[in-house]
Amino acid sequence: MRISIERAQLLRAVSQAQSVVERRNTIPILGNVLIEAEEADVTFRATDLDIEVIDKAAAQVGRAGSTTVSAVTLHEIVRKLPDGALVTLNADPSTDIVTVEAGRSQFQLKTLPKEDFPVMPASQYSSNFSVKAEVLRRLFDKSKFAISTEETRYYLNGVYMHVAESEEGRVLRCVATDGHRLARIDAELPAGAEEMPGVIVPRKTVGELRKLLDDDEADIAVSVSETKVRFATPDVTLTSKVIDGTFPDYTRVIPANNPKRLEVDAKDFARAVDRVATVSSERSRAVKLSMDEDRLILSVNAPDSGAAEEELAVAYGDEKLEIGFNAKYLLEIASQVDRENAVFMFNSSGDPTLMREGSDTSAVYVVMPMRV
Amino acid sequence: MPSLCRDCLTCFETGSRCPSCGGPRVIAHPELMELTIAHMDCDAFYASVEKRDHPELRDRPVIVGGGRRGVVSTACYIARIKGVRSAMPMFQALKLCPEAVVVKGRMEVYVETSRRIRALMEELTPAIEPLSLDEAFLDLTGTARLHGAPPAVMLARLAKRMEEEIGVSGSIGLSHNKFLAKIASDLDKPRGFAVIGRAETADFLRDRPVGMIWGVGQAGQAALNAAGIRTFADLRRWDQKALMTRFGSMGQRLYHLARGEDARRVTRDRAVKSISSETTFSEDTADREILDGHIWRMSEKVSDRAKAQDRAGRVVVLKLKRADFALVTRRHALREPTQMADTIYRAARALHEQLGQPGPWRLLGVGLAEIVPAAKGDLSGDLLDPDSRRRAAAERATDAIRARFGADAIRKGRGLR
Repeated sequence: MRISIERAQLLRAVSQAQSVVERRNTIPILGNVLIEAEEADVTFRATDLDIEVIDKAAAQVGRAGSTTVSAVTLHEIVRKLPDGALVTLNADPSTDIVTVEAGRSQFQLKTLPKEDFPVMPASQYSSNFSVKAEVLRRLFDKSKFAISTEETRYYLNGVYMHVAESEEGRVLRCVATDGHRLARIDAELPAGAEEMPGVIVPRKTVGELRKLLDDDEADIAVSVSETKVRFATPDVTLTSKVIDGTFPDYTRVIPANNPKRLEVDAKDFARAVDRVATVSSERSRAVKLSMDEDRLILSVNAPDSGAAEEELAVAYGDEKLEIGFNAKYLLEIASQVDRENAVFMFNSSGDPTLMREGSDTSAVYVVMPMRV
Repeated sequence: MPSLCRDCLTCFETGSRCPSCGGPRVIAHPELMELTIAHMDCDAFYASVEKRDHPELRDRPVIVGGGRRGVVSTACYIARIKGVRSAMPMFQALKLCPEAVVVKGRMEVYVETSRRIRALMEELTPAIEPLSLDEAFLDLTGTARLHGAPPAVMLARLAKRMEEEIGVSGSIGLSHNKFLAKIASDLDKPRGFAVIGRAETADFLRDRPVGMIWGVGQAGQAALNAAGIRTFADLRRWDQKALMTRFGSMGQRLYHLARGEDARRVTRDRAVKSISSETTFSEDTADREILDGHIWRMSEKVSDRAKAQDRAGRVVVLKLKRADFALVTRRHALREPTQMADTIYRAARALHEQLGQPGPWRLLGVGLAEIVPAAKGDLSGDLLDPDSRRRAAAERATDAIRARFGADAIRKGRGLR
C-alpha cells in the first residue's frame, strides 16, 4: 500500500480513530487503526469491539493495499507535522513496517497483520431514517450531562433514545439520568423512525457521535436495531452496540403537578449560583434557595470554609419555600437554557423539582433536592 | 543513666532500686527524658473491668465474649497462660481452659471506663489518638514545661492513676514515633513501661519479624515471606523502588518502617474507617430466608451505631464466612453516603443475591466503609426510587419510637426470621 494524503484529512480520520481505540487494552490489535486503500479512497477503521468508526478520506493511492498501525502513535505524529504537509504512507507487504513521510521527516512504524483486525459483523437494522445534525446535536447535548457513571446501574450509562408519546404527539426522545437529575429532550419524529426500538446509546458513543454533528445542515443517516445503532455521514460511519438493559420507567419520576413556580433569567441565575458556591470546597456543594414574593435568596453555608448569600429578583408568587440543591446540578441544568427564562416547578423541599425553558416542554429537567 | 521509679515517680541517675521508696519498678534508659510519643494499651481491658467490678473473679480465668459459637473478645492474663487468645472461637478457648468463667461483655461499662481513662489522658496532652476503647497514642512533645516534668514521668503517673482511680492497669510504650511506641507498649505487658530510643532503633528492629508491623496481617506476611522478607533486616536490603514495584503504596511505608521511620502524626480525629457488625450462627446455614433475616439485623445494628456516632458510609460491605472458615467479602459503592438501615440492607441484600455462592455459611457480617460525617450522608435520595423517601421517613419515625420506648418497641418482620 502506498498513499499520499493531505495532513488535515489524515488528522481528522486518525484523531477519530485514536479516540475510539481502547488506550489500556491488552490486545494490541485493538490499539491499531486499519488503513485500506482502494482507487481514490482510503478508509480508516478503528474499534474497541463495542464501537466501530470508519472514516473515508480522499487520497492519491499509489498502490492499493492495507495495513494496521498504532492509532495513538500515528495520531501523535500527524498532529506534530506542519499544517499543509503532504503525508505519504508506504507499507511494504513483505515487511511489518509502514513508513510515514512528510517533508524531511520520516517515521517507521511497526504494523500488525490486517487479518487479525476485528471487523464488526454487519447487522440488519429494523429502522433507518435521516435527521439533521443540529436536531441530533440538541437531543444528545442537552441530555448527556445527566448520564450516570455508576457501574452497578449500567443501564443508566447512556442516553435512552426512543419514540415516545408527548403532548404534541409522537416524538423522538432522548432521556438520561443518574438518579440525581434527569434530562428529557424531545424532537420531531423523523419519517421512518416510527417503529424504531428504544435503545440506550452508551456514553462513549455519544461522545464519538458528537464529532459528526458540527455541520448544522448535514443529514445524518441513523439506523437502529435491538442491539446496535449506526450514525453515518457521507464520510464517517459510526456503529455501536447499545447497552443491553432496560431503561427504568422515567415517566413516573417526572413531577407533573408541582404547584410552586419560579421564573428566573437563566444566565443571571447560573452566575449567582456559581458565585455563592465558591465559598464551599465540598465535593457536593449545597446551595439553598429561599423564595418569597418575587425574591430569591441563594445561600451557601459551609461550616469549614465560609458562607455566601446573593439576592435575585425573580417571578415567584407562591408560599415561602426553602430548598437545597447540589450547586453543580443546578449549574448544569441552568446552562441548558439558551433562549428563554428558566422556569422551576417545586413541590416541597424533599420532592424532585422540575425545570424547563419558558413554557417549552420539549426539554425538561428534573433534579433531586438536597438536605441543607 | 536517667532512671524513673514507676511507683513513687522519683527521678534519679544510678541504681536498680528507687533511692526514695526502695521499690524495684524502675525504668532506666539513656533517652528516657527526651522521648515524647507514647502508646498506652490497657491490659486485658474488658476482663480487667469485669474483675474490678466482680472481685470474686480476681483469681479465676475470665473470658469476655459471646455464646458457644462466638469468639473471645478479651481473655484475662490467667486465661492467657492456658493459651486463650482474643478472636479465638469460644469452643476452642473452653477446650484450652475449661474452668474459665465466660462473661458476656457489658459494652456500656467499658465505654464509660474508657471515657474516664481518656479524661486522665486529656490532662497530659490534647494530642490523643484513640485506636479503640483500650488503647491510644499520645504526643507529649512540648509539654514538659507545662507539667514541670518530662513525658516519661507524666506517663508513669498516668499508669499509676489508672490503677488507683479507675482500677485497670495499662502498659506504656515510649519512643520517637507511633510505629515504635506501639511496638514498645507490647514488650513489657502487663503493667509495663518500655522505651525504644533513637540510638537503638536499628538494632532493636533488625531480627524482629516483619509481622510486627501494624497492618501486616497473615496475608501481608505471606506476601513478604514470598519475597524472602522475614525480618526487618531482610526488609532493609530492599531499595524503595523495588519495594514499591512489588508492594505498591505499602512498599514505600515498608521502606521507612524498616528503618524505624514513621512520620505519621498523632491526630485527634483519626478517621473512623468502618462501622460493622457480624454474627456467628448457632449452626451453619444456606437458607436464604434465614440469611436475609441476619442481613437485616446486622444492617440495623450498623445503622444504629452509625446514627449514634453521627456518621454515614459510602460503601456497604458484606462479609460471609464459609463452614471451612474461608472468607468472602463483597463491596458496593453507594451513590451517596448513608446511615439508613434500609439503604444498607438493600445494598447488602443485592450483594448477597449477586454472590453466586450458596454457602452454607457460619458467619455473616455487614459493614459501612468510607465513613463521613452524617451531615454529608443521605442528602438527596434516589430520583429513580421514589419509594425510598417514604421508607426513609418510616425509618426516622421508627427510630424516634425506639429512642423513646426501647430498641424492641418496634421491629421489622424480616428481623424475626
